[in-house]
Amino acid sequence: MRAVLALAIALLAVPASAQKAAAPAEVLRTDHEVGRRGGRLVYALRSEPKTLNPVIAFDINSREVIGRIHSDLIHIDRQTQRTGPALAKSWSVSPDGLHYTLLLRSGLRFSNGQPLDADDVVFTFRCFLDERNASPQRDLLIIGGKPIGVRKVDALRVAFDLAQPYAAAERIFDSLAILPRRLLEKAQDEGRLGSVWGLTTPPAEVAGLGPFRLKSYVPGERIVLERNPYYWKVDSTGRALPYLDELVFLLVPSDDAQVVRFKAGETDVISRLSAPNFSVLSGEASRARHLEDLGAGLDYTFLFFNLNDLDASKLPEVARKQAWFKQTAFRQAVSAAIDRAGMVRLVYQGRATPLAGHVTPGNRLWLNTALPRPQRSLARARELLARAGFALDNGQLRDAGGAPVTFTIVTNAANAARVQMATIIQDDLRELGMQAQVVPLENRALLDRVLKTHDYDAALMAIASGDADPNSEMSVVVSSGPTHLWRPAASTPLGPWEKEIDDLMQRQLVTLDGTARKRLYDRVQELMVENLPMIPLVSPNVLVGAKSDLGNYRPAILDPQILWNVDELFWRTPPAARP
Amino acid sequence: MKVPGKLTLAASILGGVHVAALAAGFLAPYGPTEQSRAWPYAPPTRLHFVDDVGRLHLRPFVYALADDGTVSGRYHEDRSQLFPIRFLVRSSAALGGSGERWRLFGVDEPARVFLLGTDGFGRDQLSRLLHGARISLFAGLLATGISLGLGWVLGTVAGFYGRWTDTVLMRAADVFLALPWLYLLFAVRAVLPLHLSADQAFLMLVLVIGLVDWARPARLVRGLVLSERERNYVRAARGFGASDWYLVRRHIAPQTFGLLLTQAALLVPQYILAEVTLSFLGLGVGEPVPSWGNMLAALQRYHVLSSYWWMWAPGLALVPVFLSYSALSEALHSRVGPASS
Repeated sequence: MRAVLALAIALLAVPASAQKAAAPAEVLRTDHEVGRRGGRLVYALRSEPKTLNPVIAFDINSREVIGRIHSDLIHIDRQTQRTGPALAKSWSVSPDGLHYTLLLRSGLRFSNGQPLDADDVVFTFRCFLDERNASPQRDLLIIGGKPIGVRKVDALRVAFDLAQPYAAAERIFDSLAILPRRLLEKAQDEGRLGSVWGLTTPPAEVAGLGPFRLKSYVPGERIVLERNPYYWKVDSTGRALPYLDELVFLLVPSDDAQVVRFKAGETDVISRLSAPNFSVLSGEASRARHLEDLGAGLDYTFLFFNLNDLDASKLPEVARKQAWFKQTAFRQAVSAAIDRAGMVRLVYQGRATPLAGHVTPGNRLWLNTALPRPQRSLARARELLARAGFALDNGQLRDAGGAPVTFTIVTNAANAARVQMATIIQDDLRELGMQAQVVPLENRALLDRVLKTHDYDAALMAIASGDADPNSEMSVVVSSGPTHLWRPAASTPLGPWEKEIDDLMQRQLVTLDGTARKRLYDRVQELMVENLPMIPLVSPNVLVGAKSDLGNYRPAILDPQILWNVDELFWRTPPAARP
Repeated sequence: MKVPGKLTLAASILGGVHVAALAAGFLAPYGPTEQSRAWPYAPPTRLHFVDDVGRLHLRPFVYALADDGTVSGRYHEDRSQLFPIRFLVRSSAALGGSGERWRLFGVDEPARVFLLGTDGFGRDQLSRLLHGARISLFAGLLATGISLGLGWVLGTVAGFYGRWTDTVLMRAADVFLALPWLYLLFAVRAVLPLHLSADQAFLMLVLVIGLVDWARPARLVRGLVLSERERNYVRAARGFGASDWYLVRRHIAPQTFGLLLTQAALLVPQYILAEVTLSFLGLGVGEPVPSWGNMLAALQRYHVLSSYWWMWAPGLALVPVFLSYSALSEALHSRVGPASS
């Protein structure tokens, strides 16, 4: 099933509520299955969103809600992973790749009825780029060291000027919510934009271009959104979307509680299911529920050693052990000893893929398929260690100086799968004579050690890629990146190989030719596997579930896995007839 | 009489459990950390006496497990070959262990005998239960020893000397009673290094539980000593010039032993539960070393709770232990009970 978005050029269909407006809107006509209006969808959030303000939101829960209230100019289709028109009807690029011109749909209105024009777009970029607002998306809009230039050409045309060519530049427009200038300009001018649109803001003061708008909020319990009558998409019969009357976000804090609520029918869909819970739910056959394993996702789990430049007087123990960690042969030996197939079997019940590199099999466009499949080989691991001067003495591995090889692996205590994987690694490394201890830590304490104090030996963590494009990995792979976890925001590359990775990543960033970019990124993956600054483990499958009655339900591996097409979702049975 | 019967029964059950824990290395068919990665969450292995053709075997036998081939981890018995249970087998200890050791029973590879099933890593639950008992049961005993010993000394001193000594000690006891020990443990854990070995974690648990809880026995002992001190024979002994040490040793201490014994029978299960609770919360002995608490921690997850009943084994094992301790304390109470009776 591919969701090809067909473009309807004006007049053909006009949402009922927008008919009151003077100018007919240039709506987007979709070609999915025609649904039935009415009903509500209940979705569980793991924790309460911090804000409804798109400029400052960084946590996944806030973004999940905000993404339903707002729209972007150019949108990445979550199924095809390609860009397509959204608020911008079309766009053009200059031959040198430095200038983009976007044409907006005419006659669109925010959920409070105010019209959209080029001034709103210019204003939006002013807000995201304003340093006072400290937007987490600001970095994406700075290309070649300079912020993107945004100019209004006419009422519906906006020009963007880049300091240097930027591969896949149209992808940066995805998920960048266009804000209502009339509503927020005062706050922005007074420098308090960062504090508007909290959860307690009266619904009438929040407006967006998304399929839903805020209706009510009960602290600690639920957020209710209602249909936005001014939404800009229609179905193939010309009926205004979305079909659902309401979208309810319930706050259900734990994984297991979410399963129980879904089982009881209190929530209609469930995403990010763990493999064991998926098995439990699919074991209890029910015609009312439909569970799906979407295969490998984009998340990758990995083990990494502390490679930071430490002050030996502050952390003498860790600094001493770094003599081992910084040896490539040591990391290769650890990697060779890890039983990834065992992890897939024990932790994920087969619903995961062993990883060779950091790009997952779910990322079909960019995966370097030439990389060797990870094979467990204790013989190779022992050989690597022996050559690096380690020796086995009565079951205990010792380094050239005679010190026993022992270290701790920290991981997130709240994530059972990661603790289990660390326990498996512990057992695997015992076969090499290494004594590894698993220390589960509360998430904040873990991040604090990894990112700030650097007081840890090894850590097991995961990264969830937001997009399949290599640009989304810049902050992880490049040595100066903030989520370059094993050596965050390093001032210099670790060695010639990391220098090469940095250069390759910068080159792919400005290479416009797709094939050439792929070649560059393939080499990055090769270098990562050869030098193993992080030891990739497994990539869990994306497991989702929904009530069988839900129409147009097409989950995707990109976030938001289920709600990405919430405007098309509908109930096959009329709400009144449902139990 | 009924009472001694109860006492004997309770004492012999407890004795048996403790001996089993001490002999875990011999009784357990596998090492407590030995992973059989092919068999996660295998159900308890069935012991058979009658084979498929209806022949009776005197020696019980098992069948090897076979995977159903699905990802869900369901198993069935592979009935093509019998594997008789062998008694008194020599098995090589897991890597890092010391050579070979005798075990009570076992089966030939590739069959396995998991009498209580396996956990998520394919580790034998029975072996873990037995080894875990060492930590859980003896943490209770040791912590009781510490708290009663300290409580007895301080309670006796407070009761015997009275006045400001009494005031100071009893106010200190009030402070300790008011201490939120769970938070204290969090604090202690935060000060200690990131990783504690199993021995260190065990010691920390025992010390924290034992040292914090001396106040209650101390108060009881003090009350008793206070009244004993005023008895005529004690006064008489004092009149004859007996030293403080003599008075305590000869006249007062013996009166408190009954109290200590019943207290011990009450406190041990409480402290076992404390260890289980702390390990359950991840504050006690860490993986892969088993304790009943960290074994039960697996039940925090919904799929384990709902799908694998054998994972409840440590919880069920606590029941007879607790019942025996409570029967023991009751029996002791009526036998050596309070001196007043």
